[in-house]
Amino acid sequence: MQAAEVRHIAHLARLAVHDSEMSAYTRDLSAILDLVDQMNRIDTTGIEPLANPLEQVQRLRPDEITATDQRARYQGTAPQVERGLYLVPKVID
Amino acid sequence: MFDSTIRQLGQALRRREFSVSELTQTLLQRIEAFNPILNAFISPTPEVARQQAVAAEARLAAGTAEPLTGIPLAHKDLFCTAGVRTSCGSRMLANFIAPYESAVSERCQAAGMVMLGKTNMDEFAMGSSNENSFFGAVRNPWDRDCVPGGSSGGSAAAVAARLVPAATGTDTGGSIRQPAAFTGITGLKPTYGRVSRWGMVAFASSLDQGGVMARTAEDCALVLQAIAGFDPRDSTSADHAVPDYSATLDQDLSGLTLGVPQEYFSTGLDSAVEQCIQEAIAQYRKLGAQVREIRLPSSALAIPAYYVIAPAEASSNLARYDGVRYGYRCQDPEDLLDLYTRSRGEGFGAEVKRRIMVGTYALSAGYFDAYYRKAQQIRRLIREDFQNAFSEVDLIVGPTTPTTAFALGAQVDDPVTMYLNDIYTVAVNLAGLPALSHPVGLVENRPVGLQLIANYFNEALLLNSAHRYQQVSDWHQHLPPGCAD
Repeated sequence: MQAAEVRHIAHLARLAVHDSEMSAYTRDLSAILDLVDQMNRIDTTGIEPLANPLEQVQRLRPDEITATDQRARYQGTAPQVERGLYLVPKVID
Repeated sequence: MFDSTIRQLGQALRRREFSVSELTQTLLQRIEAFNPILNAFISPTPEVARQQAVAAEARLAAGTAEPLTGIPLAHKDLFCTAGVRTSCGSRMLANFIAPYESAVSERCQAAGMVMLGKTNMDEFAMGSSNENSFFGAVRNPWDRDCVPGGSSGGSAAAVAARLVPAATGTDTGGSIRQPAAFTGITGLKPTYGRVSRWGMVAFASSLDQGGVMARTAEDCALVLQAIAGFDPRDSTSADHAVPDYSATLDQDLSGLTLGVPQEYFSTGLDSAVEQCIQEAIAQYRKLGAQVREIRLPSSALAIPAYYVIAPAEASSNLARYDGVRYGYRCQDPEDLLDLYTRSRGEGFGAEVKRRIMVGTYALSAGYFDAYYRKAQQIRRLIREDFQNAFSEVDLIVGPTTPTTAFALGAQVDDPVTMYLNDIYTVAVNLAGLPALSHPVGLVENRPVGLQLIANYFNEALLLNSAHRYQQVSDWHQHLPPGCAD
């Protein structure tokens, strides 16, 4: 994996990566991908992917209101709120 | 008092040999004395403990006590506890106080258990040494220059050092079993869906499972009884009857067939560890079990497939940490993108960022089929291997880890070497099976763990087998040096 690719993935993941960390990332991610590439030792053509180990499908419930409004409680853990709104830097000028 | 099992403590409390408050106070003092050395707890909770002790005492006096009423325990610091910090071993959640209680801690509380604190762990449960904690590494009570394993390393060290009779843990790729093996305790990873994930900070949702770490299988049975069962708040919770785990502990093992997978005794397995495992298997034979060799041909692909699926799910789950709704926020963000990238870049540690990057890569446009789909296909092969084996045997048995605990710092710079610690444990998570590690020996005064794997929802057989073994062995009773008083 090259530095440009690391930068692209870091952007997709919204992770700030310093230039000083770049060589460690390229080295470690390349090593991990080499490990992962061992999957190609076998042919898996025609094998159905397994997402849930018990092969369960999503359980549904009746579409009824079960939760109450707890905005103040949940916002109690937010870094910055004002009048019930989450504050972020200005998005549109 | 501190060296007693849950069962012994329950009897002593009922005989009024000591009160819940006295027991709680003794263990809190022990935590105070040992935590500066071991760093097993991120947050001891003496005030909560004292309040819960008084409530438990009242239940015992009123005759409304349950088997676990008054028994102290600790929770891994990724079970949300209302009003008490849940850090997940991360700077990201270093100040996070959950607004709600996890299902596991809620059930322990309802049973009358007394929470002594929240234990240290690898950040977001990613690691096999507990060195990836924002709150510092945990030391192994058996050898303080060694790691306790991870990610539930704090829980393991606390139980091994007799700071608490039991602790909760979670296991995504071996995070209960591997530290249990490294610290000489008993750890149970239940079937996927057996224990509710509600209120557990998510790492890899199709693999994560909460469980229990204690000194004996008998104690694990008592705690599992309290935490197992259906929970509509967890969409993957299994709606499956919970048997009485204590009722079958003493069942005879004659007629039981153990399968020994060839693949678990290959290169990389330390020869002294192997000898302990063979001796333990011989002991199971003496208890009446038949032993036969089996094959799990896809085993070698478990680690590669796991290191796609787990990071992919992690990258998705950890997308929620955005510096807006909760968790760490960077100083003076220039704009929204800067807020996201710096909050995440500064809030997460190195291993968490590596896994987010790997997962993001595997799920990115053009790579999905080559990585995620391929890994899920291998996941099916691994599940089929186990199902084929369970048509012939009742339990699968082998080492929990290829070596005993390694030195602090020995593997921190090499993520791939670190990942190989879980070579015998990750396949179980991919298949969603229950498994247990129990101590079966010491090599140079470091514990060795034996892993038992059962078919879906057969935790009772794991506990029964380990209990029978523990009736005729004393490895679970050995105290780490310096922990006797």
